[in-house]
Amino acid sequence: MDRFRMIFQYFQSNSESVMNGICGLLALASVKMYTSFDFSCPCLPQYNMAYGLGIMFVPPIILFLCSLILNRQSLVMLEEWRRPQGRRKKDLAVIRYMCSSIMQRAMVAPVVWIVVTLLDGKCLICAFSGSMDPEKFVGFANVSTAQVQQLLAKVPCKDDELMRNNASRKAVSRYLRCWSQALGWSILLILIIAAFLARWLRPCFNQATLLQARHWSNYIDIEQKIFEETCCEHSRLFAHKCILHFFESMRREIKLHSFTLPREGERAEGEEDLLWGITDQDQVNKLLKTWYYEKPPLDVS
Amino acid sequence: MDKFRMIFQFFQSNQESFMNGICGIMALASTQMYSAFDFNCPCLPYYNLAYGLGILLVPPFILFLLGFVLNNNISMLAEEWRRPQGQRGKDPGVLRYMFCSMAQRAMIAPAVWVSVTLLDGKCITCAFCTSVPVETLGNASHPRLSQGEIQRVLARIPCKEIYNGQQLIANEVAVRYLRCISQALGWCFVLLMTTLAFLVRSLRPCFSQAAFLKSRYWSHYIDIERKLFDETCAEHARSFAKVCIQQFFEGMSTDLVAARCHLPRKAPVDAGEAAEKLLGITDRGTMNMALKSWHRCKPALHLHPPALPTGNGWAGEGQPPTHPSAPQRETAAYYSWV
Repeated sequence: MDRFRMIFQYFQSNSESVMNGICGLLALASVKMYTSFDFSCPCLPQYNMAYGLGIMFVPPIILFLCSLILNRQSLVMLEEWRRPQGRRKKDLAVIRYMCSSIMQRAMVAPVVWIVVTLLDGKCLICAFSGSMDPEKFVGFANVSTAQVQQLLAKVPCKDDELMRNNASRKAVSRYLRCWSQALGWSILLILIIAAFLARWLRPCFNQATLLQARHWSNYIDIEQKIFEETCCEHSRLFAHKCILHFFESMRREIKLHSFTLPREGERAEGEEDLLWGITDQDQVNKLLKTWYYEKPPLDVS
Repeated sequence: MDKFRMIFQFFQSNQESFMNGICGIMALASTQMYSAFDFNCPCLPYYNLAYGLGILLVPPFILFLLGFVLNNNISMLAEEWRRPQGQRGKDPGVLRYMFCSMAQRAMIAPAVWVSVTLLDGKCITCAFCTSVPVETLGNASHPRLSQGEIQRVLARIPCKEIYNGQQLIANEVAVRYLRCISQALGWCFVLLMTTLAFLVRSLRPCFSQAAFLKSRYWSHYIDIERKLFDETCAEHARSFAKVCIQQFFEGMSTDLVAARCHLPRKAPVDAGEAAEKLLGITDRGTMNMALKSWHRCKPALHLHPPALPTGNGWAGEGQPPTHPSAPQRETAAYYSWV
């Protein structure tokens, strides 16, 4: 019982902090993934845009899906949504609340990836160097149209033999990076203002409904955990009873077959219970064989 | 200590999070293995493909099998699958659930290896460098070389130090191209795996929740029942061994006393429990004989019931018991001369 109480208290107090912890870990993982990823722009006209935009948008989708998978509450919400009504009405406000809280936490890691990508600048330089207007840059202004595409595509590759120490390449690169960082900071600012407003203005609208929805969503979560714990405990007791019955039935069988004289004198109760009347190698072997070949029925009545 | 116990109990009761922990450790081990592995492309036309694809596909297979081997539940699954029906029916849903949950966990480390390999790019660069489109990327006006020569030159792309085809196609261009393809494949693979995992996890509550709850309960039950049975058997074995050894010492001491025709010595009244624990063996010679007998002639796995005459062939039948006044508590039920 004491163990139960400890575990319940742990679950009760830590449900939200576990979810916030996972959210934070994923955000850190996303930064680490970006820094350890070896970005290598192909520097070819048709491939640059696909590669650059792919690196900017595909990992956020992966991170979003990962957050949904790792968050236990998303399963709880789905179960609550799909369960038959039965004797308990379904409250859509609770489901909406759970959904919005899951989505908010799931958006953190993808947003971190996108912002870090933009602030770093490599993706945008790779994707949009081919779309630059060559007239704006001295080194590319007088080159033939066919060649200019090839040259612009090579801008992200600093070590390419054509681009080494090319001042126009540096100009294009700086220009694109400036745009990229401006975009990154703007997105960050807008998101933080939006989060701030949402949190600050929320008590002005429907506070009572919100409190109710939050209470019942916590309730559903805890109820499910306790149900699983109770099932575990029940199956433990069931197994215990089942095995006791099995040993008892073996003892009765041995008594029937061995015709032992009734024993006199005191006996050590503890030892007798633990031995179950099984005092022989053959009897032990028979017990183990019976356990494998004929498991007892799942009935402890 | 208390906190440790609580954490241990939490993990024990939460078998799933324990298995997830092992899963995560294997995934980390797989990344570590890849970074510690010294990739060495052979830079020869047909060997490149074999080496590159081998490094891409063979370790994941090994990791997958290892995932099954390290999972304790595999023997439980095998036992439940192969046991005769007896008095308890078999539920294929439970077997399927156990197998699926083990397979899902075993897939994680191989998937991590394949993604890390593709995102790094060395394997694909090595395997497919001979298939680089020279016409689009390279120098079309290069003097014609035979097909075999071109293959040999392209095969050296991964090995920068010995590459001699700079006029045919620049090394950096080819490497960048191959690496771009490899990374695109890697991200697509990761996206595919994540989408599959998401679908598997989220479609389940929509379709078969009741069946799932049933399978999960009974698979936990089978696991717990097996552990409890092992515990009960261990307790039984302990008691069995204790009684067997006590009967052995009793037998030894009685027979030695009978053989030497000593008068039964009454233990001094105030010696108490210590004298009882000596089991009648009180000198070096006797102890040595007991040890030798234990090694040469272990007793039968058969505990003497209390009322049956124990004809064990030793001299001394009919002798009075050695401890008439202070019978030992544990052995009184199993030892008496009639």
